[in-house]
Amino acid sequence: MHEMGIASSILDTLSAEAAKRPGTRILALGLKIGEVSGVNPDSLEFCLQCLVKDTDFDGLGIQIETAPRRHRCPKCDREFDVVDYEVACPGCGEFETRLVSGDEMEITYLEVEDG
Amino acid sequence: MSRVSVKRKVLKENDRIAGGLRAGFLARNVLTLNLISSPGAGKTSLLEQTLRRFPGGRKTAVLTGDIETDNDAKRLEPFGFPVKQITTGGSCHLDAPMVERGLAALGAGDIDVLFIENIGNLVCPASFDLGEACKIVVLSVTEGDDKPLKYPATFVRSELVVINKTDLLPYVTFDIARARENAKRVHPGIDILEVSCTTGKGIDEWLGWIEKRLDAVRKGAPEPKT
Repeated sequence: MHEMGIASSILDTLSAEAAKRPGTRILALGLKIGEVSGVNPDSLEFCLQCLVKDTDFDGLGIQIETAPRRHRCPKCDREFDVVDYEVACPGCGEFETRLVSGDEMEITYLEVEDG
Repeated sequence: MSRVSVKRKVLKENDRIAGGLRAGFLARNVLTLNLISSPGAGKTSLLEQTLRRFPGGRKTAVLTGDIETDNDAKRLEPFGFPVKQITTGGSCHLDAPMVERGLAALGAGDIDVLFIENIGNLVCPASFDLGEACKIVVLSVTEGDDKPLKYPATFVRSELVVINKTDLLPYVTFDIARARENAKRVHPGIDILEVSCTTGKGIDEWLGWIEKRLDAVRKGAPEPKT
């Protein structure tokens, strides 16, 4: 599935970050994966573990934070988590609320061993 | 040990190329539509109907993706618009570099609308920005009416759902009202059209939707988040 391509793209970013920090080692990375991003966190972690084996990043720690699906109401500006597709605003009942987060796929941080 | 904040998009390189494509499309006033569906929902049939009835004076072109074969390009070429097949050789989605290469090979010149027919797959294509103005999901009535709930990522990121094969409604258990409700539950702002590529019903409305969307691009309407 596409998690392997995504993992490979993450590894490219890691290599670029490592090149900027000669003499240090990247020990772990933090990822933020939204609930409706279409990416399976377990599968992504598995793909990353496979790709880093026998590379400079062997043994890399992978911490994945899943981001809940949040909507904002255009009428009353309330923001709320959407659970079980309940998209109507809990404040005023407006149905046409908009996604504000939950579709992200981000690298949030790196843990670096200082040289 | 120290923690360094990075805040990078996971698909940084794809998104960079997609951003370049999008800027190019906007600069040339091209409306680019990324068609996504499960295999067999009717993306190519919808394009056949579209090209057959494409408004006179308007120019279009198609990039059509498949894992193997150029069957789809062969189906679409007779309509006289530029068509280029992208074969991914196994990859389950199109990415921005494939579109960039396909576009160069297409050599379409001045066009109004570019259609990108993604690989038949309701999961992976959702994650890859191709520089399009919007994603459109095609859902057919021979599938389940709960598809939007099962594949939310695609529906959340699509601006329009085209429900196809409506001529088959008398023969299947698909509940179109429930499908519409499910699509709205996943993405309250999504537009919904009903078509039959066999009878041609609803194709005028689909062409009207494209024309309206083209106007929005030309008036410089802000691109939606989806």
